[in-house]
Amino acid sequence: MAGKLKIRVDQDKCQGHARCKSLAPELFDLDEFGNAHEVGDGSVPVELEDKAWLAQSNCPEIAIEVTEE
Amino acid sequence: MSDSASIMPEHPPVTDWVNDFDHTDPTWTENPFPIWEKLRAASPVVHTERFLGCYMPTTYQAVKEIAYDTDHFSSRRVIVRDMRPEITARAPPITSDPPEHKPAKQVLLPPFTPDAMKKLEPRVRAICNELIDEFIADGKCDAAARYTKHIPVRAIAHMLGIPEKDGDLFIKWIHEILELGIKDENALMGAVREMTGYFAAHLEQRKQRPTDDLITALMQAKDKDGNLLGDEHVLGSLRLLLIAGIDTTWSAIGSSLWHLAKTPADRERLVKEPELMPLAIEELLRAYSPVTMAREVMKETTISGCPIKPGNMVLLSFPAANRDPAMFPDADKVVIDRKENRHAAFGLGIHRCVGSNLARMEMTVAIEEWLKRIPDFGLDPAGKVTWSEGTVRGPRQLPVLFGKAS
Repeated sequence: MAGKLKIRVDQDKCQGHARCKSLAPELFDLDEFGNAHEVGDGSVPVELEDKAWLAQSNCPEIAIEVTEE
Repeated sequence: MSDSASIMPEHPPVTDWVNDFDHTDPTWTENPFPIWEKLRAASPVVHTERFLGCYMPTTYQAVKEIAYDTDHFSSRRVIVRDMRPEITARAPPITSDPPEHKPAKQVLLPPFTPDAMKKLEPRVRAICNELIDEFIADGKCDAAARYTKHIPVRAIAHMLGIPEKDGDLFIKWIHEILELGIKDENALMGAVREMTGYFAAHLEQRKQRPTDDLITALMQAKDKDGNLLGDEHVLGSLRLLLIAGIDTTWSAIGSSLWHLAKTPADRERLVKEPELMPLAIEELLRAYSPVTMAREVMKETTISGCPIKPGNMVLLSFPAANRDPAMFPDADKVVIDRKENRHAAFGLGIHRCVGSNLARMEMTVAIEEWLKRIPDFGLDPAGKVTWSEGTVRGPRQLPVLFGKAS
């Protein structure tokens, strides 16, 4: 079910720690250099909202934005 | 470190930590955490006249400000030492600043992604079990000498395509560069020369006959203008991968086993709830971060309100940042399932450790395989735990007894 949260990885801040991919593989993907980006348009299904916040709160570069629509 | 007796020239013992800190002092080596707490209480940045002048940021915030500021702080010297000789042997990208840094790093990133590490994982699992087979019947072992030390050596040798049996040679070079090299220029330069000769021979072989390994990949890598990197760059990056890839992870695995040996509650929980492993690994990385880096001050500036002057080095202690209670509640406690953990064990900013995914995989596999075979173990009261000195911190002797009785 579609939820209200949206995530976005700031490409200028991401340094490829890959913490988000490890904590929420359904929401984040890595490019060939290991830098992260959100899957699809960044919409977070309701059942993955906790994982979105978990990923956000573990990014050492504060590169993940979570917004509520 | 392979020998327990230090042959470094002695520094005078520290009596005033706040104004005269020294990260090679035996008190720091044995237990740095109370020292960092004292320094942090005094100022976000402290200074020592030792090492020809050196600052140390003591808070997470100050460490972060410096790590992000490549304009005032250069990475051309990455170890705080007694001397600052002319820079001859570079190791890109760790010793690179912008704009050279990014292209040098991008060449190294693809072989170290999490997906690439998944392919290496079965070999690392096998390495761990081969090692455990050698000592499990003894009922005890020095876990540093018999286990943690060998895992990263064999894994990186496997990736580079060099013989795993040359591991003792690599460990000797690393000791000469990262520990003896702080006070002894000849030890460091000798090791750099030997490593360069070793890799140059392997590079020559691959020019005749390319192989499927990281040395060949670097040899064939091209920059964005389509040019090959050149031998000097390739040899520098190979030296970096070997130096950075071994005693760092060896230390992280060792500190983790040390913690689990003396903390039965955490050990039992990980055996019962293996799904906690990813959070546990991050927490062990935070609490026992092995790697302290350095910067050189290029221009006058201020950090967290403290004046910073050129001509000084900076001891960039990610381990101390990770113990800052302003950033981590109960910072001095290992909370094995800590949920919010923006630790800086692999650095912050553009120099994020290129091997972080390798290190995590090796740590996870090494702890998982150990706990499967040896779920109960404790520190051997008849033995002594010793720690490495200087840039990378971890146990170099870790005597443990297996079984419930320990």
